Amino acid sequence: MTEFNELSRQFQVSDLVEQRADLHFITASKEHAVAVVSALKERYGYTHLVFFTVVDHLEKNEFHLTYMLHNYEKHHDMGVVVKIARENVQMESIHHLWPAAATYQQEMREMYGVEFPGSPGLYENFALEGWEDIPPMRRDFDTKEYSDKTYYPRPGRESHDPREYMKENLYPSEAETW
Amino acid sequence: MSDNMNDMDQMQLFNDQGRLLNAGLPDEEKALFCDAAPQVDAPYRGIWEKFLNWARSESLWILGFGTGCGAIELRPLMTSRYDMYQYGVQPRPTPRQAGLFIIGGYASVKTMKRIVRSYEQMQGPKFVLGLGSCTVNGGMYWDSYNTINRLDHYIPVDVYIAGCMPRPEALLAGINELKKLIKDGKGENANKYAENFEWYKGNQKKIIKDWNMPDYNW
Ligand code: SF4
Repeated sequence: MTEFNELSRQFQVSDLVEQRADLHFITASKEHAVAVVSALKERYGYTHLVFFTVVDHLEKNEFHLTYMLHNYEKHHDMGVVVKIARENVQMESIHHLWPAAATYQQEMREMYGVEFPGSPGLYENFALEGWEDIPPMRRDFDTKEYSDKTYYPRPGRESHDPREYMKENLYPSEAETW
Repeated sequence: MSDNMNDMDQMQLFNDQGRLLNAGLPDEEKALFCDAAPQVDAPYRGIWEKFLNWARSESLWILGFGTGCGAIELRPLMTSRYDMYQYGVQPRPTPRQAGLFIIGGYASVKTMKRIVRSYEQMQGPKFVLGLGSCTVNGGMYWDSYNTINRLDHYIPVDVYIAGCMPRPEALLAGINELKKLIKDGKGENANKYAENFEWYKGNQKKIIKDWNMPDYNW
């Protein structure tokens, strides 16, 4: 990929992955990521921000941010992945490149606690109102436990393994053949 | 986040004169809202109340506020196939004109705040139908961080309709059940809400942390 080769001369980028002919991923360092994304936008025609998202890799103690960009001329998607440590996650904002990115950043701040200093409306409510616990989409947040202590679970609710339950109660005569 | 967050634990609703504190409102807005708690409106006696209940049950006006996916079943209910108008049911655009609140499924905390507000704005006697498993015990969102499990802990519910999602027939069955309850004089949940006002408020304020509306949205 020419873009990758040219970018790697200038920036810390690595791990080119070809997912499909029209979809590639590259990994950029935290310091260079925004420069890489702007270069893709300004120089290589990746003018559309398809999405900007974060995945919590609890086992690796990392957050993986993904900027997904699209080039309309070549009909090609490029994902730029940035790995950052889970403690005090902070990332440069890209709202100066795409104003819509501020909304993604607002959501990531609320749901994952990723900070984007300077991003407009970062601390406004996105989907939650008055949330006080750790951000709910972080994987170390136990939603079951939180729900149990907050929302008055109705007693009498049971879960069954569907296969076992059907065997015993619905088709006992055929159970042998399962 | 405001200061009123801390005193929510040992929640105090009333001042010495028995007026609502409206602690969530900024001072300059307090005068704009009523500070009276809801009051019990005792039913009449005998045949007059029976007549009223008959009239109430045959003219249920529902609030057009669908909270969850189950609310999609309200549309076929309105159109020619199920035709709820033949049962004396019709939708209204505002809580002030509505007497029946159908909670159409899962209610997130954010929606719950609007539900409480709308419910309190409705005029009594008012009735609530819980549509779908989500209102009964949380349904498939029972372990979610943001949806309630039991609607009846926040507002009184007259009839639950189980299912995910219940068909319009089930809704009609629920509405007919409600009519029976009203005719039997059991549709007194607006009074139940007034009697147990503090309990309901405590539950509501436990989950709605940014309480920036009057304590009773009258
Ligand atoms: S009970 Fe089912 S259909 Fe109804 S709101 Fe819940 S998930 Fe949706």
